[in-house]
Amino acid sequence: MPFIRSTLFAVALLASGAASAQSPGKPTDPQIAHIAYTADEIDIKAGQLALSKSKNSQVIAFAQDMVRDHKAVNEQALALLAKLKVEHQDNETSRMLAKQAEAERQKLNALNGAAFDKAYIQNEVAYHSQVNDALRTTLIPSASNAELKALLTTGLKLFEGHQQHAEQLAQALK
Amino acid sequence: MILGRPWGACMRHVPAAAAAGLAAAMLIQAAAAEGRVHHVEMKGVAFAPAQVTVRAGDTVEWANGDIVAHTATSKEGGFDVAVLPGRKGSAVMMRPGTFSYTCRYHPTMKGQVVVEP
Repeated sequence: MPFIRSTLFAVALLASGAASAQSPGKPTDPQIAHIAYTADEIDIKAGQLALSKSKNSQVIAFAQDMVRDHKAVNEQALALLAKLKVEHQDNETSRMLAKQAEAERQKLNALNGAAFDKAYIQNEVAYHSQVNDALRTTLIPSASNAELKALLTTGLKLFEGHQQHAEQLAQALK
Repeated sequence: MILGRPWGACMRHVPAAAAAGLAAAMLIQAAAAEGRVHHVEMKGVAFAPAQVTVRAGDTVEWANGDIVAHTATSKEGGFDVAVLPGRKGSAVMMRPGTFSYTCRYHPTMKGQVVVEP
């Protein structure tokens, strides 16, 4: 999954400090929040694409769950950013994530029927797996603000459930 | 719920003061008849406790402490309770049996209600 590798690469860059001149060594809270927000937005768009293309009731239900949950998490993230008076800023990492996600979206968009369903769900398995790893190993340990850390931890539990759900669905679509 | 209509019918045939006393007595009786309320948390994408044992006529109340919507859904138990974040929802368990339930949005969430006669 090229997109997933890019996502991880972006997170790794952030963690290493290569993407941040301000805080080498670990990402700042605003950077973490923005990475999490961007990752949520990407999955919302993937879900919306699935809702516009799929005819499979299980895939549609899953996509509805993804859109509903990731929107809910992002509403919380935006509220927290406002509370912390953190500017919601575009950055190199989020631009790269968005660009790679768009490329993946184009690939998915070219597929139809069962081929689309399978590719979408496989992508969801891989995407959640890698984002969950990034949350566990980089984003949550690096977060300084307790509320941000709690939100990321809640997000991780939720996304672990998404991953399991996607894995079950991937088996059913085989 | 279903107790409203019979009370109205009874009260048409008794004097006002007696009716008030009767209504109060019936309220107490109705409260007892409705049984206990058992609380289940929806938190961290899980039901806690995962299993509750109740008597027929008791109520199970789910409180959603998560930031996403959940449901408590059991086809065999005949209940489907949708609960928004920060809200509560409940169902009265009338039929004895052991009923597994899940969240329709998060199938990895699993719970069980044991209804004793």
